[in-house]
Amino acid sequence: MEVALSVFVGIFFAVAIYLMLSKHIIRILLGVSIFGNAVNLTIFTVGRVVREVPPIIPEALQTPDTITANPLPQALILTAIVISFSFFAFLLVLAFRTYQELGTDDTDGMRVAEPEGEPLPPLGY
Amino acid sequence: MRTLIFRTIAPYLTSLMVLFSIFVLLRGHNDPGGGFIGGLIAASAFAIYGIACGVSPVRRALYFHPMAISGFGLLLAALAGWMSLFFEVPFLTGLWTTVSILGLPVDLSTVLFFDIGVYLVVVGAITSIALALEEREHG
Amino acid sequence: MTADSQWLTFLALMLPFAAAALAPFLTKLLRHNAAWVLAIAPALMFLHFSGFLDPVSEGRALAGGYAWIPSLDVDFSWYLDGLSVTFALLITGIGTLIVLYSGGYLNGHEHQGRFFSFILMFMGSMLGLVVADSFLTLFVFWELTSITSFLLIGFDHSRSGSRRAALQALIVTGMGGLSLLAGLLVIWGATGASSLSALLATGDALREAPLYLAALLLILGGAFTKSAQFPFHFWLPNAMEAPTPVSAYLHSATMVKAGVYLVMRLNPVLGETVAWETILPVFGGTTLIVGTFLAVRQTDLKLMLAYTTVASLGLLVMLTGFGSHKAVEAAALYLVAHSLFKGALFMVAGLVDHETGTRDVTRLGGLRSAMPVTFAAAVLAACSMGGLPLFFGFLAKEEIYAALGFASGWSAALTLVAIVGNGLMFAIGFAVALKPFLGAPVETPKHAHEGPVLLWLGPLVLGGLGLIAALISTVSHRLISSPMSSAIAGEPVTVTISTVPHIGMPLALSLVTVGFGVAAFRMLGRLRGVMASVLNAIGWGPDKGFDQALAATTKLSFGVTRIIQSGRLDYYMTATFIALAAALLIPMIAFGEFPAAPAFPAMPFYEWIVLLIGVIGVGAVIYARDRLTAIVSLGIQGFAVALLFMLLGAPDLSFTQFMVETLSVVILALVMTRLRLSPTDHRPTSEKIGDVLVAGTCGAALGLMLLRVTQVPFNAELSEFFAANSRVIAHGRNIVNVIIVDFRGMDTLGEIAVVMITGLAILALVRIRSAKPAKAGQES
Repeated sequence: MEVALSVFVGIFFAVAIYLMLSKHIIRILLGVSIFGNAVNLTIFTVGRVVREVPPIIPEALQTPDTITANPLPQALILTAIVISFSFFAFLLVLAFRTYQELGTDDTDGMRVAEPEGEPLPPLGY
Repeated sequence: MRTLIFRTIAPYLTSLMVLFSIFVLLRGHNDPGGGFIGGLIAASAFAIYGIACGVSPVRRALYFHPMAISGFGLLLAALAGWMSLFFEVPFLTGLWTTVSILGLPVDLSTVLFFDIGVYLVVVGAITSIALALEEREHG
Repeated sequence: MTADSQWLTFLALMLPFAAAALAPFLTKLLRHNAAWVLAIAPALMFLHFSGFLDPVSEGRALAGGYAWIPSLDVDFSWYLDGLSVTFALLITGIGTLIVLYSGGYLNGHEHQGRFFSFILMFMGSMLGLVVADSFLTLFVFWELTSITSFLLIGFDHSRSGSRRAALQALIVTGMGGLSLLAGLLVIWGATGASSLSALLATGDALREAPLYLAALLLILGGAFTKSAQFPFHFWLPNAMEAPTPVSAYLHSATMVKAGVYLVMRLNPVLGETVAWETILPVFGGTTLIVGTFLAVRQTDLKLMLAYTTVASLGLLVMLTGFGSHKAVEAAALYLVAHSLFKGALFMVAGLVDHETGTRDVTRLGGLRSAMPVTFAAAVLAACSMGGLPLFFGFLAKEEIYAALGFASGWSAALTLVAIVGNGLMFAIGFAVALKPFLGAPVETPKHAHEGPVLLWLGPLVLGGLGLIAALISTVSHRLISSPMSSAIAGEPVTVTISTVPHIGMPLALSLVTVGFGVAAFRMLGRLRGVMASVLNAIGWGPDKGFDQALAATTKLSFGVTRIIQSGRLDYYMTATFIALAAALLIPMIAFGEFPAAPAFPAMPFYEWIVLLIGVIGVGAVIYARDRLTAIVSLGIQGFAVALLFMLLGAPDLSFTQFMVETLSVVILALVMTRLRLSPTDHRPTSEKIGDVLVAGTCGAALGLMLLRVTQVPFNAELSEFFAANSRVIAHGRNIVNVIIVDFRGMDTLGEIAVVMITGLAILALVRIRSAKPAKAGQES
């Protein structure tokens, strides 16, 4: 299972990176979203995979009696999903506002912070 | 999107989802669920309501500003952690007690309040984002 | 050192900083009269350190201090012997007079309180520097003097000249400070000594260390920049942009001597080698000659004095490096004499400037009746500088000639250098002291009259001391000169020279010097013209070189920035991901850490289907031709991941993922329908191929890494702890939720704060209105 997941994660990363290398901000955003999923799956796979047994202790017991899925990566990923969603929303709104202000969705055209042909800084004191 | 059927069903759907989200929140400690999931369910509920009936009915229904709810959640979570000060144990140590409500024993803990805090933060922040975007859509 | 006196010394070292903190408030309250109150601090310190004169003159050295970072063997410690006590007395004594002088000089200046504050901070730093024992203490105070000097030179920060001078001094002395630090670390490593007292006890260890030359060069890098040795001398004359009290105090009497202090201090362990006795005299002698020649060129009183200071520092370095006891004695005597007369002359120059409005020597004259006290102070100081009998400078000069002599060609050459240097300094000293006061009165920008007591007290006392110290030479030798020389030489030395001239070679050389000086004085105008034309012919100096180097650095960094920060996001992304692929693949290739070839995974068919759905989803995102397809495809891959979580025993994750994907699709749809954007690709095919290559390599590298990681044995310790304790300690059966809200509650608290902050940021972004003037115009 880990083998199949590794290949799966590799494909996800490749697609996400390909999208993020684009100049179009919407494609970059889609890439970021897929990238988040790929990272989560990586954490999940690194914690090893157990099928279909959630890490929940049965009512009658103090500790789980069978091998369960690893709870630690799940706890990490759970919060990561929510946070990556809120950042995704932030990026989306940022892209939206940038488009409104600059009238372009091409990252080459977004040169407010680093304008082209910037003059030499002053050489005096 | 704003069909008659959708608009009619939306308030009921929303109420049901919010109720379900609270259920998910409270069972979270022993079964799948918890503050994050519950918060997301409730936030989607408000988002659906907003899409169906517009943003201002949602704001009226919430009464408080969503970010205020979020802030209150963060405060609650932090206060749940501070409780440990009174028992001279490290910050955020879980404290447990059992009270009797209407003859039923109910387990209360600082952890529960912490989880409610998480729930409120997620509900508030995500609802606020969704409503802000919907407002642009219609305004 | 007893506990009491240790505590007192610590207080004395901290007192100037306390006074610096108080100074602005006191100045607000008392205006320039605050000087009288503030001068109490250095006066008290002077009294405290003069208490050490007796024990030190008996040949004892007093050490004390406190642990600073015990784990690193770093102490805040001090070491008081003849050398450091003399320096401490000069710093606090002249410091007292300078504080008073500043009270008069900057009377009415709106930032006088700040000035007091800076100069007291400098005093504390300089004092710490000369009494420091541990290397770290020494370095920290060394850098503090550079920083306070920067603040003081740039005090008049509205002028670009000041700013340039301040920056230049900071860069030159700051680089020297780094060199010093490196040198100290080399010494620390070579000898194991982390303090001066321990180092002085190691004897020949350092001289015999293989890293001796490296240590020597690095230490000299620090000393030569601080003490303005050629070719680093250029910052010192530029530092004359500072108010005159600063020039008198930092740039003649104390700070610039820090480098000389350092070579004197390390003479016992670094000295007496060929390298030492070559480098120091050569650089010192060159600095002496260059300094005096450049001084001749100047007409500004302060600049004339500044270049002679450079020359004097060269003389001191030359003498310290000469390597005989006599030379060390001469250096000790000359250092004290120089601090007294140069401090006085600077204050005189400032006083003349303050009262007449100019310090151009060609535009001054006939002030003797208007400013008699100043004139007296100037003459006293100049006599000492010129080395006339009865003055302390005379003792120094006699000792210099006695030390150098004509024993070999080398010492004869140095003697010649000393005569030329001293002769020219004689001429300049008297030019500063006599030219403004004698002759017919000249019209000056301000009507001249004697300055207030605050202004003339300092130069008069220092000028007078140059006479008194020589008259009671037996006492001053016993208390100051002999202990200081012993400390420099590293073994007991007794200074005996008296002020009564006796016939001999030194006296003859003194007479030659005076004769040469008088001749130069009379021809100063013509010499100045010659020097000016020579310098014009050369047309380049280290000062100009500094500007060129700085401009070149700026241009270079601008060019580099332009290349690596092109302002194009796709370049940054490509670079980042190429680095990622390299970081993952290179170790794998270099260490042969590729994963073993895996067996074909045996999985139920529904898992294959879920994986397939995910792959189809991401593929569809790439190929989507319109917005809605792209959004839906994104949703598909997200739901596939959620299903995967569900199948692999993570229902919590699955629910969360479902909710998040739903919400993502909703908000994407909300935004995308407003943005008239197509998600299709517009890249030319050539770029696409490159991007596919980068993305494919990264994906493969990450997949391989993951495969390799899953092939090493799993350490389940942490997970087992949570499983075992979730119910027992935290009373919860859902282990994931227990980890989130209880075991790792602190993380979660941080994370929900982040969620909330992004919510606030989005709200702000949505509400913010464009500040563009065009739009503002539309609204109005």
